Amino acid sequence: MYTTDLSGKNKAEAVSEDAAKVAAFEARVANDEFIEPKDWMPEAYRKTLIRQISQHAHSEIVGMLPEGNWITRAPNLRRKAILLAKVQDEGGHGLYLYAAAETLGVSRDEMTEALLSGKAKYSTIFNYPTLTWADIGAIGWLVDGAAIMNQVPLQRTSYGPYARAMVRICKEESFHQRQGYEIMMHLAQGTPEQKRMAQDAIDRWWWPSLMMFGPPDDKSPNTEQSMRWRIKRETNDELRQKFVDITVPQAHAIGLSVPDPALKWNEARGAHDFGEVDWEEFYAVVRGEGPVAKERMQARQKAWDDGAWVREAARVHAEKRASAKIAAE
Amino acid sequence: MSDPKKEWPLWEVFVRGKGGLSHRHVGSVHAADAKMAIEHARDTYTRRLEGVSLWVVPSAQITASDPGEAAALFEPAEDKVYRHPTFYSIPDHIKHI
Ligand SMILES: [Fe+2]
Ligand SMILES: [Fe+2]
Repeated sequence: MYTTDLSGKNKAEAVSEDAAKVAAFEARVANDEFIEPKDWMPEAYRKTLIRQISQHAHSEIVGMLPEGNWITRAPNLRRKAILLAKVQDEGGHGLYLYAAAETLGVSRDEMTEALLSGKAKYSTIFNYPTLTWADIGAIGWLVDGAAIMNQVPLQRTSYGPYARAMVRICKEESFHQRQGYEIMMHLAQGTPEQKRMAQDAIDRWWWPSLMMFGPPDDKSPNTEQSMRWRIKRETNDELRQKFVDITVPQAHAIGLSVPDPALKWNEARGAHDFGEVDWEEFYAVVRGEGPVAKERMQARQKAWDDGAWVREAARVHAEKRASAKIAAE
Repeated sequence: MSDPKKEWPLWEVFVRGKGGLSHRHVGSVHAADAKMAIEHARDTYTRRLEGVSLWVVPSAQITASDPGEAAALFEPAEDKVYRHPTFYSIPDHIKHI
């Protein structure tokens, strides 16, 4: 999901690399060994990882916005405390991931600039608006659910710092999904109006959630290389199928339905058949045409600009104190 | 454009899980100074009772061994099996050894 490559085809690398080193690297990865920051790695591996990890980090950070939108309007103190903790976790996830990307030689500020300039992508899902409280339930359940599906295999990804960040993140995600499902459960058992609100939220979040796994395998040009390098461990379509199979019964269990007339259990496959995702919509959102894409980037830009004086003041203060300390010694 | 001199420096974070355990590396944070690094480490790495004590060290102060020398550094240990207790065969009737 957050790790889906949204950049199109890797440009052919003109870098000539030592064939013996490349072979040794490929063998280590094929052997499920971890690659660590100071180890030799092909330039294309480094670049792909920087793109994937930073895109994942940006998604965590931008992902705080749709939910942050409801913190002050949570229906009670319990829900407010939970939502606050969840959004704080997402901030933490962004920080673990930025730190992992930095070990590959890119700076935090460079990554922030790439996000704000539109050069770096983030998950398409966060360019949809959160219109009602039920959306907070749907996001926790479906969006974090899809994230978990994608992130669990990445705990064994080949790059050590990324894998370790994934372990921490996965530990925290389970609460996110459960609190979301609990919100949906309560609404589904509530008044007819509350139930309608829950259904409306699934109706709007279902397809964008399926898009989170990225384009179909035959239109995902980098999948093969990423699988070989163990920076992706299952294909987009495999993960999407798993998500549908796990999530549909959860919806039915609380009396909600999934907005897909083509959805049906296929006994022979032991899996659900389901309708085609609207890929035109997906690519439009990737291009930056999502319903609230502009607002999201404006909010990030504003946070970055408003924080500039704080970053500057803290840095200058620390430098002054350090030089005063040296002078006193 | 970003100016690396203006970015808050990077700190490595170590957490003691509970009394009696040693501090273990968990990740890193950016902070202007040591006090802020501790605060950021607290918020980033110990939101769920993960620890009772924190260390932060400027990342630039860490010296690491060279992975290219891993063989020279660590392989000699492999042929010194007499450093392990199982190397010595002691008859079964000898107890408490
Ligand atoms: Fe997250
Ligand atoms: Fe989450």
